[in-house]
Formats: sequence, C-alpha cells, structure tokens
Amino acid sequence: MSLFEAQGISVRFGGIRAVDDVSFKVEKGEVFSIIGPNGAGKTTIFNLISRIYNATEGKLIVDGQEFTKTPPDQVARMGIARTFQNIELFPNASLLQNLLIGRHCHAKVGLLSQLAFMGSTRRAEVKHREKAEDVIAFLGLQRYRDSLIANLPYGVRKVVELGRALCIEPKLLLLDEPSSGLNVEETEGMGFWIEDIKKDLGITVIMVEHDMALVNQVSDRVMALNYGKVLAMGTPREVQTHPEVVKAYLGGELEDAA
Amino acid sequence: MRYLFRTDYKQDTALARHGGDVFWYGLLTLAMLAIPLLMGEFYVGELGGVFIFAIAGVGLMLLVGYTGLISLGHAAFLGIGAYTNSVLLERGMPFVVTLPVAGLFTAFCGAAIGLPTLRMSGLYLAIATLAFGSIVGTVFQKWSSVTGGFDGFAVPTPTIFGIGLDGATGIYYVSLVVLIFVLWISANMLRSPMGRAMVAIRDSEVSAQSMGINLARYKAMAFAISAGMTGLAGALFAHYVRFLAPDAFDVLLSVQFVTIVFVGGLGSLHGAIFGAIFVRLLPQFIAIVRDDLPFGIGRLPGLEPSLFGLVLVLVILFQPGGINGIWQKAKHAFTAFPFKRQTSSRRQKSYAKSERLR
Repeated sequence: MSLFEAQGISVRFGGIRAVDDVSFKVEKGEVFSIIGPNGAGKTTIFNLISRIYNATEGKLIVDGQEFTKTPPDQVARMGIARTFQNIELFPNASLLQNLLIGRHCHAKVGLLSQLAFMGSTRRAEVKHREKAEDVIAFLGLQRYRDSLIANLPYGVRKVVELGRALCIEPKLLLLDEPSSGLNVEETEGMGFWIEDIKKDLGITVIMVEHDMALVNQVSDRVMALNYGKVLAMGTPREVQTHPEVVKAYLGGELEDAA
Repeated sequence: MRYLFRTDYKQDTALARHGGDVFWYGLLTLAMLAIPLLMGEFYVGELGGVFIFAIAGVGLMLLVGYTGLISLGHAAFLGIGAYTNSVLLERGMPFVVTLPVAGLFTAFCGAAIGLPTLRMSGLYLAIATLAFGSIVGTVFQKWSSVTGGFDGFAVPTPTIFGIGLDGATGIYYVSLVVLIFVLWISANMLRSPMGRAMVAIRDSEVSAQSMGINLARYKAMAFAISAGMTGLAGALFAHYVRFLAPDAFDVLLSVQFVTIVFVGGLGSLHGAIFGAIFVRLLPQFIAIVRDDLPFGIGRLPGLEPSLFGLVLVLVILFQPGGINGIWQKAKHAFTAFPFKRQTSSRRQKSYAKSERLR
C-alpha cells in the first residue's frame, strides 16, 4: 500500500481551477518530485496536503487514513511535515527554540505541569532537547545553535527549516523548493541532505522543485503539472522528454514553427 | 566576559543561568523585602504601585510581546479583578480566597473575549478590545446594585490570617509576593512548549499551524492568562486606591499598560518591570517639575497623557528595544568592555521577506 495517496483532488479559487483533478500515489521510502512552470499549482498541492486550503473535491490519504477534513494543526500529528518556499521560520527565536517548536506535536505535558515547570515537564524538555540535538548533529548546525534566526544567512535558514521539519519525526516530508535562493554549492548540499533523509532516516519525500539538476539527482519519480493538470508522471528522464512537458516549458509555438 | 560551559541539558532550562543570576536576583529580592523597614510610607506606597503595574505589565507582555496580539482593553480586566475582589470581600469572604478568585474570574473573562476575537489581529483586534473596554466600563457604571455605580464604594480592608493590611506596607508585601509568583509562572511558561507555541504564533501563524500548534487554543489561553494576571493586579489595585469608581478604568489606563510593554521593551519580562517603573515614575516626575516649567506648560491640561503619547511614539521610532534594549546594550558594553564597537548593537537590514498566506 502506498504511504500517501491523492485521489482526484481539485481546488477552485473563484473561477480558476488551481488544481484540477490531480491523482498520484507516493510509495514508502521514495522521493517524489513535482515540477511545472510558475502558477502550475505545485505549492497549492502542498497547501492542500497541509490543509491550509480546503480541497473542493477529492480525497487525501496517508498511511491508509483519510485526512481531507482534518484541521491543519493535526496534520503534523499524522506524521506530515513541510517546509515553505519563502522560509517561514520564527525569526525572533533562536535556532534551538525553532527546532523545539518542531517538537510541539510530541508535547504531551499538561497545562498545570507547564505553569509550575514540574518534574514531568522538565523530563519531557530534556527528551525534546535530545531529539533536537540529534537533528543539529545530523545537519551540522552546531555552531548556530544559540543564534537568533534573524541573524543567520539565508542558506543556513533553509537548512534550519529542514531541521525543524525533521524534528516532527515525520513519515512524509514536503519540501517546497528546497533550492530556491541557494547557490550552486548550497543546492548540491541540499541534494545530499535529501538523499540522507531518504536513506538514513527512511522518510518519504515529496518535493516541489525548479532546479532540474537537483530533481535528477534525488528523485525516484517525477510528476509534471501545468494549469493545475497532470501532464506526465514517471522517472525523471521520461518526464523531461515527454512532448507535453517540453511544450509546457518551451511554449506551443515551437512545434508550429518547425 | 562570562562564558557558560554547559554539561547538561537541564542548564538551558534552569531559571538562573549561573551564580551571578542567583546573587543579583537574590540581592534585589532582599532589598525589596527590606525597603519598608528603611523608607517612609510614601515611598513604600509608590513602590507598591509600581509592583501592581508590573504585575499587569507582565500579563500584557505575555499577550503583546510574546503572542503578538494587541489589547487596548486591559484596563477593563484590571477593573474586573478590582470589582470582583472588593465585592466578594464586602460579602464577607476572606482575602486569601477573593484574591485568587478575582484572578481566575478575570482569566475566564479573558478567555471569553479571546475566543470571539481569535480571527482578528492588528488594528481590528485593537478596536475590538477597545470596544470591550468601554462596554465593561459602562457595566461598572450602570450595574450600581453591585458596583455602586458612579458613587463608587470604599474597599474593605483585607486581612490575611488575622493580620489587617491597612497601611501601605501590607499591600506592598502582598504585591511583591504576587509579582514574584506571576514572574515565576511566566518564566515557566516561556521555557515550556506552551511559551514556545506563543512565540511561534507571534512570528509566523502559518508555520506554527503546520508544526501542530492549535492557533485558537493558544491564543485563547494567552488571552486568559494575560487577563488573569491583570485581574490579580486589579484586586491589589483596589486596595491601593481604597476607593473604586468606574472612571478609574478608562482607556487612558489601557494606553498606560500598552506604554509599559512598548517602552519597557517588547518580548522581555525585564521590560515589563522597567516599563512599570517608567509609567509610575513619569507622573511623579511631572508633579515635581510642573511648577518650574517655563511659559506655564506645567499648568496645561492633559500634559500627562500627551507626554505618554510622545514617549510611546519616540520609543517606537528610535528605540524599538525599549528600556530593556538599552539595558542589554549597557550590559553588553560592560561585559565586552574593551571590545565594544559601535556596530555591535546596530540593527542589520534583512532583505529576505516572506509572504503571508492570509
């Protein structure tokens, strides 16, 4: 059984069908990339999965559990973590605090215990801290541990956001343009993190990405979208040579001219 | 310069980071305990007033500075706490019961106002809480069978375990204990998941939500806790002024509370204390210099509120960190002594902007 499945999801904003009857399955342990020109509906699919938008039609299933109507703050508890295209970290908190906020969905200590900071809260805090330290060690963020996010360079923030998502200990990780704003070396580094996440942590990844080199490096399968519709699905090679995809990227006139 | 060598994760959650903290905060507490023995009734009374405003300031700081929600109606919460406490005292309940009940009831009122205003933020929330403040003010005026209406009523003298708290000293000590309690609760909140959730909501609602934080729940909780602390301050305020009248809890008082958090420094508990000292001392300062000011400025009506407004604007423009920001910079200058540079505390420009979904 697939880890994640979208069955005919659609969303309309006014008269525009931003996502139109899109279905796909993601198997456990694979890296699944979504590509497409600007405005194709890639990020909208992510916002549907993280339940920020309501799907007009269709079903979302993770691990055999439907979550089409789950409130957005419950999605993390179902094991789905995400990053954002334009970095949505908490800029006025330290890196460590950001990672600990990622542990929020695992916080189970009662209100009174927190207000009095009783033993149960203290022990839970140490456990969360250990997990956060694991992520810091995994991503090599030690030297920034106590820095305020607002003072960190953009490239590091991208990694911190990845780390915060890993703190959720997700089954499914949604990466929204992990390479946007990064230089060539940083993009390559991001590619290695994604491969490590897949191999060492066994986390399934869905990725929206424009950088074809990165897509080719890490993806097992690729889905191409245009105007909210699926154009092609398959291995990176198949999708990139698919005539519909070429047409969507290079424009329809090419054929006519030739 | 002190460098903390950490060997245990518990060190990061400890309230006192090192021996210096224990020493200085201990010394401060001892000094505060000794003040009534050393100083006159007037100064003890004034300092008690600072404590009461600091309690309310800490409450508002949790809401404004940490959760990022604004409230222009906190005078109403102070009033609810004051009236609840005094009315119950008059019906014969002991002070040790009425004080916590006033806090809890105000917290309940805070949750009640918090829930319907959850979808608002910024200006809209400011207007909604302003409206709430004036509605509560009207209730104080019209519900005369309980509140005494415009005539107000004299607050009974509280007793704790048989000791009457009639002078300024009694209220001073109770306020000090409540202030320390409120600071302890706040510090605990801020080092547990709840406080981090509040900071997350302040910095980015969208990503707070995808981290599994229930926005409605934590916003209502922040409102309730903030209101509850202000209610405790209100109960003490009633004994501080000794006579309750509805016009004491007007919008100007709410603006004073907002001044506490902004002038003190957003996002710091120290700031709430600094702000309370400032807000309580400014009127005293005006009273002292009033007669010596040229051109009859001292006799102008509305000098005090306009000065509060002016200071608020100047702080937001030129010193966004507030008094706490100045304090931190001064501390840094001392600890880093020969290496302090002009640029160490200059704010850096950030070009990375993020778009909000809502």
